[in-house]
Amino acid sequence: MEVLTSLAHGFAVALEPGNLLWCFVGVFLGTIVGVLPGLGPPATIAMLLPLTFHMNPAGAIIMLAGIYYGAKYGGSTTSILLNVPGESASVVTCIDGYQMARNGRAGAALGIAAIASFVAGTVGVVGLMLIAPPVARFALSFSSPEYFALMSLGLALVVLLAGRSLVKALLAALVGLWISSIGTDLFSATSRFVFGTMDLLSGIDFIVVAIGLFAIGEVLANMETREEAQMIAVPKGLRNLLPTWQDLKDCRFAFLNGSIVGFFVGVLPGGGSTIASFLSYGLEKAVSRRREQFGKGVVEGVAAPEGANNSETGGALVPLLTLGIPGSGTTAILLAALVLWGFKPGPLFIPENPDLFWGLVASMYIGNVMLLVLNLPLVPLFAQVLRLPPYVMYPIILGVSVVGVYSESGSLFGLALLAGFGLLGYLMRKIDYPSAPLILGLALGGGMERALRQSLMMSEGNLSILVSRPISAAILSLAGLVLLIPLFNKVNAWRLQALEQE
Amino acid sequence: MEEKKLNRGDFWSGLALAALGIYIILEARQWDYLGPEGPGPGFFPMWYGVAMVALSAYLAITSALGKSGGDGAAIDWARVRRALATWLSFAVSVALFKVVGFVASFALLTFFIVAVMYRRPVRVAALTAVLSAAGFYLVFTLALGVALPTGPLGF
Repeated sequence: MEVLTSLAHGFAVALEPGNLLWCFVGVFLGTIVGVLPGLGPPATIAMLLPLTFHMNPAGAIIMLAGIYYGAKYGGSTTSILLNVPGESASVVTCIDGYQMARNGRAGAALGIAAIASFVAGTVGVVGLMLIAPPVARFALSFSSPEYFALMSLGLALVVLLAGRSLVKALLAALVGLWISSIGTDLFSATSRFVFGTMDLLSGIDFIVVAIGLFAIGEVLANMETREEAQMIAVPKGLRNLLPTWQDLKDCRFAFLNGSIVGFFVGVLPGGGSTIASFLSYGLEKAVSRRREQFGKGVVEGVAAPEGANNSETGGALVPLLTLGIPGSGTTAILLAALVLWGFKPGPLFIPENPDLFWGLVASMYIGNVMLLVLNLPLVPLFAQVLRLPPYVMYPIILGVSVVGVYSESGSLFGLALLAGFGLLGYLMRKIDYPSAPLILGLALGGGMERALRQSLMMSEGNLSILVSRPISAAILSLAGLVLLIPLFNKVNAWRLQALEQE
Repeated sequence: MEEKKLNRGDFWSGLALAALGIYIILEARQWDYLGPEGPGPGFFPMWYGVAMVALSAYLAITSALGKSGGDGAAIDWARVRRALATWLSFAVSVALFKVVGFVASFALLTFFIVAVMYRRPVRVAALTAVLSAAGFYLVFTLALGVALPTGPLGF
């Protein structure tokens, strides 16, 4: 009952004309970002973040979240029409989606992707609404050692699932921790790693690193070639985009599978939508009576992964909002956004900011309805975005990145750093270092160090405080186990297989 | 042969990160490790610095021995050159912001990408550059009031 009252309050916030407009802007931009290969939600959210500083925080988080889950809808369009995933979460959709399109069923594939996304996305929001408040209440008993342990677990899971080489993923996370240390130490006012430069005394802006690694790095990687992919035509007319009754019947389990698997993988830090869609596809194939047809264009092969990658967004917001622990690059940027607007995601976030939390939840219900409308009758319109020549799109991304960084830092030094991190992002891609652990190390580094130092102050320097408290000990043991997983051949083979899909 | 090329990337990145780790440790040694009120500013960097040296040394050594587990993909230097040329043009454009302002510098960057990187006709490149730069000026400077670096002409 309390949940329904809070939700009603959330709808009052989300239905304010301004917030409704930002919700639409977010899901619209998200769909475009999802459609465009080579421009992902983390890059877009990072680029737009500085522009939200003058906005009402409720409108800003509603818009950024709209980009996050809206991109999951749009990602299927290119997977189905081009066999090129709009983003990594839609990789699995290529397998059966493109085959359906080649068999003349592009409309049905696009339609079932939109419907599965809507069903599972809505289930994900229901999960967020029901699970986040109790998790937050439980986390109220946490102190610095538990927070340090939780952040270590989050980082360990991301390291485990982010890269083919665990050593490289760990090294990327350590570089993120180092970057987070640059600047003035707030406990002792000591300047650390500033290279004698005044510009580094206040540290390196999270936005500069995020935009450099994701947006500039992505543009450079895409600029390696002049090739443009050939698109299969989108059928015209809503009737041609609607799946048949038989398609919907075939997808009953896929909707359920995608919704549940996606949500729970999302709750797990480091899971991410790519893993969610891969797992959901695998499960669907394993229980299907026509598993030999998977890969040749079966509708469940589109519905399950598309549902999972949408439900995952609701799950991913649970640890972010209730514990302040992001599970991916995108949620790390959302965490930075909340902190920059003056909020502190954690157990007190929901009771202290009910307008923001419940407004966001309600906006996600509304956003999912908007996305269903945008992605069913209007999908041919969005597909036209793919006709935008890359030589127009890439300079625009570079320009928006510059504007985003300069409007935040106001200095040319910030832009020089942006160019440096852009090159780093590209080089990391080339030599196979994952970016997500670096960005998560950066997002969590300050909090981890603070929690560790506060813990040791509590124990007068005795490290045993981290393992003498039961919750902290259990979480740290779990983090240690997670890092030992690659030593177990069978599990590691599964991990590498999942990563191959990216 | 391909295996060797990929391991070379791991080897050099391992060495570079080992050097960074050593720098972190040397810097951290100058700051308090443990003070009367608990850990000092050198505590956390010392730990991750040590971890960085250990892991990067492991990466460099295993890659030198050909055991770093790469997939053997060869580097296509023509593609890398295109990406690096784009990065260089972006870096030059950032350096030019102070001299000619954002709008002119961004127009030059766009012109370079369209005309040189994508080999489109000069007329198309010029039109794209002018329209993109004008669009940015109208949207960000005039409509949203975002302050961007200005040149001698005031934009």
